[in-house]
Amino acid sequence: MSAATAGIDRSLPGAHRGSGGGPAIVIEGLYKSFGKLEVLRGIDLVLHQHEVVCLIGASGSGKSTLLRCVNLLEPIDAGRILVEGEEITAPKIDVNRIRRRIGIVFQAFNLFPHMSVLDNVTLGPRKALRRPRAQAEADATALLERFGLADKRRDYPDRLSGGQQQRVAIVRALAMSPDLLLLDEVTSALDPELIAEVLEVIRELAGAGMTMLIATHEMGFARDIANRVCFLDAGRILEEGTPAEIFGAPREERTRRFLQRIVEAGRL
Amino acid sequence: MTGIGGLGPPDQGELIGLGEPGRSPRSQQPSALRSTLVALVSTVVFFGLLAWIVVNAPNWPAVQESFFNGRVFALTAEPIARAFWVNVQLFLIAEVLILSFALVIAVLRSLPGPVFVPVRLLATVYVDVFRALPGVLVIYVLGFGIPGLAIAGVPVDPFFYAVLALTLIYSAYVSEVYRAGIESVHPSQEAAARSLGLSRFQALRHVILPQAIRRVIPPLLNDFIGLQKDTVLVSYIGVVEIFRQSQIKQSAYFNFTPYLATALVFLVFTIPLARFTDWLISRDRSRQTRGGFR
Repeated sequence: MSAATAGIDRSLPGAHRGSGGGPAIVIEGLYKSFGKLEVLRGIDLVLHQHEVVCLIGASGSGKSTLLRCVNLLEPIDAGRILVEGEEITAPKIDVNRIRRRIGIVFQAFNLFPHMSVLDNVTLGPRKALRRPRAQAEADATALLERFGLADKRRDYPDRLSGGQQQRVAIVRALAMSPDLLLLDEVTSALDPELIAEVLEVIRELAGAGMTMLIATHEMGFARDIANRVCFLDAGRILEEGTPAEIFGAPREERTRRFLQRIVEAGRL
Repeated sequence: MTGIGGLGPPDQGELIGLGEPGRSPRSQQPSALRSTLVALVSTVVFFGLLAWIVVNAPNWPAVQESFFNGRVFALTAEPIARAFWVNVQLFLIAEVLILSFALVIAVLRSLPGPVFVPVRLLATVYVDVFRALPGVLVIYVLGFGIPGLAIAGVPVDPFFYAVLALTLIYSAYVSEVYRAGIESVHPSQEAAARSLGLSRFQALRHVILPQAIRRVIPPLLNDFIGLQKDTVLVSYIGVVEIFRQSQIKQSAYFNFTPYLATALVFLVFTIPLARFTDWLISRDRSRQTRGGFR
């Protein structure tokens, strides 16, 4: 699927929006430390509308932290992040308003265990967007239906498989009609046989034109789905390019070594 | 016997207890019956012996006359049980106030960031002070001290100060129970709620507190068992509740049996609550265990 606006599935909330031309995200000179540990050391990244960018790199290279910074779950130390031209890292910004436009899906699902699937999905629309319950539930049911989860909507998360839970978590993020979706190693906590169903959902979202920034260890998936791949190493983007460039002919020695280890582990 | 641990099929003798009961792990039934019998006999013997020692003590008749006096019991049981209604009112009103006030304190103590330092400090000082002071002292100071100031419009009813004192004392404990519950909810739950654009208050209200409160219901009930009993402490500032009433009757009849009546009332009301709490705890534990293996 090309990143062009043509052929975008308009039934997906959010995916059709923000095609005003400018980039979806601009990250400039982003620094982030936890105490003495420098996790991000000058990240520059531009994401265009309807583009899918995969972040790859070893554990601890800063992929998750970068995503959490974009969602303002972590305050940054230096640099700035613009979403659709608006600087979201400006002081005094309404973080709740920004987060409503940016969906994030976590490695460990983080569903609310005391709520049914339907309540998990409608909580954001009802409380943050102040939509009436009936409307929120109708929208949520349609989304759950679309991803094959309609029959689970009365169930509690602990009754679902890991793959189903992660799909619900994706639907929960989509229910906010986000401009942008951040996926933080969404298959890393899943049993191998459950990974495919989650990747299938993401593939469908990419096909529908959703702008996505994806941290992943699934190299085969990154190669298939990404418009661009960024290799993170020690808090910097060491190398970025098309999947063919990164996986076919990496320029940097470190990228080569990382991919070599992945191949040896049988993951590519 | 067919090998160690009865590896082969058990022979009939073992199953119906004709063989060697209690030796093989397969012969559970006879040994279970036997342990029940042993427990029963040893219990009866132990308490029988204890009763026999007490009843045959040299001064038992005098003790029986002043502590287990049937005539005094019949005369005082009714007014004492009636006075317990005051304790029930104290308990119920204080409980509602404690549940709300303690929640406010717990939430204030959980507020993050430097802006809330004064609020956190105030809440922490409150909790520390009221957990450190003996309850009776708080009841005295409030019950005698505040009306003693004789400020116009300030209530003089001891019942008012009894509720106030119990609320202040127990809210300090209960707020700590709430806080433990709030802190037991994993931070990723708040992250998930905030990532949807919910405000800090909305995340607390819809995601964190519902999970936290569910987890602390058994320890909360435990604190309320304590509160139920501590309602007698307000007798010190002149509330005529069950303990004060039994003191009055004790003086009137020059006999301690009214205290026995009081003890019975508390046993009847507190033991069921304690059993219910234990049941809730064990139910929660078995749920968690099952969840762990899923």
